[in-house]
Amino acid sequence: MKKAGLSILLVSLLAACASQKPKEAPTAEAAQPAAAAAPQAAVVADPLNDPNSTLAKRSVYYPFDVSVVQDADKPLLQAHAKYLSEHPDRKVRLEGNCDERGSTEYNIGLGQRRADGVKKVLVLDGANASQLTTISYGEEKPKATGHNEDSWKQNRRTDLNYSAN
Amino acid sequence: MKGILMLRCLVMLALFGVSLPSYATLTIEITGAGENQIPVAIVPFAGEEKLPQSISGIVSADLARTGLFRLVDPAGKAPHEPRDVVYTDWAGVDALAIGSVVEQINGRIAVKFRLLDMVKQTELDAESVSAPGAQLRAIAHRIADMIYEKLTGDPGVFSTRIAYVNRQGKNYRLVVADSDGYGEQTVLSRNEPLLSPAWSPDGSHLAYVSFEQGGAVIYVQSLLTNQRLLLAHFDGSNSAPAWSPDGKQLAIVLTRDGSSQIYLIHPDGTGLRRISFSGAIDTEPSFSPDGQYILFTSDQGGTPQIYRMAVDGSGLSERLTFDDGNNFSPRYSPDGKSFTYTHLENGRFYIATQDFATGQAQLLTDGGWEKRPSFAPNGKIILFATEDQGRGILSTVSSDGRVKQKMFPQSGDIREPTWGPFLKQ
Repeated sequence: MKKAGLSILLVSLLAACASQKPKEAPTAEAAQPAAAAAPQAAVVADPLNDPNSTLAKRSVYYPFDVSVVQDADKPLLQAHAKYLSEHPDRKVRLEGNCDERGSTEYNIGLGQRRADGVKKVLVLDGANASQLTTISYGEEKPKATGHNEDSWKQNRRTDLNYSAN
Repeated sequence: MKGILMLRCLVMLALFGVSLPSYATLTIEITGAGENQIPVAIVPFAGEEKLPQSISGIVSADLARTGLFRLVDPAGKAPHEPRDVVYTDWAGVDALAIGSVVEQINGRIAVKFRLLDMVKQTELDAESVSAPGAQLRAIAHRIADMIYEKLTGDPGVFSTRIAYVNRQGKNYRLVVADSDGYGEQTVLSRNEPLLSPAWSPDGSHLAYVSFEQGGAVIYVQSLLTNQRLLLAHFDGSNSAPAWSPDGKQLAIVLTRDGSSQIYLIHPDGTGLRRISFSGAIDTEPSFSPDGQYILFTSDQGGTPQIYRMAVDGSGLSERLTFDDGNNFSPRYSPDGKSFTYTHLENGRFYIATQDFATGQAQLLTDGGWEKRPSFAPNGKIILFATEDQGRGILSTVSSDGRVKQKMFPQSGDIREPTWGPFLKQ
């Protein structure tokens, strides 16, 4: 049912993008389960796409030179782990990032440890390791580029990057 | 395709010491001076006014940048042969460089050069070469190297090359240039980060980290053929390549078994072997000149500090930095007696050295965004990346901290510099 809902949502999203090539929309596949499902199924939207859902938050943050998931972020990761366990076909890339106060190479190590730390928590909370990949961008892809704590605190993070299904 | 061939030609010429007109000339700013500057006069070479660049000008600029010489103005005196030199005209000058250049057929130039000891009134060195005119800068650098070596006792590094990354927006270029920043040549251009270039000991290859496949992977690229090999692309991050002094293996850092750990691998990608087992972040390996030890950055004590371990795999490591700040990016000096590294304290990065015998550390710079130091192959200068008014630039400091130099690129931000080896001639 949930899968059907998701498919319908995708179809309608694709349909909404009128400029996209309509032939590539997976209509044949999606149409059948959609037709079989009750029309209300479409309302059961993927919570991942709900801007008001906890799952809309896709980043966890760290103090300087720390790679352990902070207590404040644990409920968020629990929610993502639950979602992943309920959607075993979903995959996430965990992307570790650092501020610029280190060497580029140390930060590759630190970013990797941040991403791996998030992976560990997600698996403990019910996600399957096969749904998760990790990558470190070190300090190479900062969200904010200032030489100040305002920028640095945005850059010390792990992003949960769901791949398009 | 033409572009690639052209690049190959450029790289090839570069390796044979040819300096081509640079399209991104750096502006250079020097501060400080050596303790006892040697007074030297460089007389404009006979015939050099017909050349696109003046040999004596390049030689003078090379020597001036070191801060070790006081360049005395010849004040109109223009001897070109020893017999023309009136020694009494040059009071207070320790050494005099004179010479001539003649344009030959086929665009070649013939350069004669002599270095005279003005105190003993003897000839210190002389050279006579014929070479393609395009090698003018290389010839001048070689003359500067000869003068430097005769007068200081240390080999000169004006003929060596440096590598760095120039970032412009999302574009990253891996660049090789002469040590004075001229003759910039792009080895690789990507729209993903490139970092950590490392010269093979013979200067023929660069190992580096690229994000072009998503995460960090390591390539080894020939500067002769431009061909490259994907050296390490294991699960997780692959980074921080460093060549062993014999060129037969590289130390690299992988996270495939958990946290960043140091491994050895042959340049052809075979023989992978793990050599660090801390479970912490162990990274930025640097081989000792005798190949027996590796310096590296590790946070096994809680904060990033510099450690040393034996390459033999005994697994024992020894912590070398104990100060309040964090310490990164160690690199052995060419004589193995000291190392340079980046020191972070109160939000400022400094370039520092530590002597192995005394354990004495010295900050060489005033602090800022100074990162990734590497020694010139004569051990007398340290090259590093810094920032000036928000721009990434190259900078050098003499290993005694007295003379500093900033090199401003024409465009882009410079990062990740590393000084290349002496090239066998």
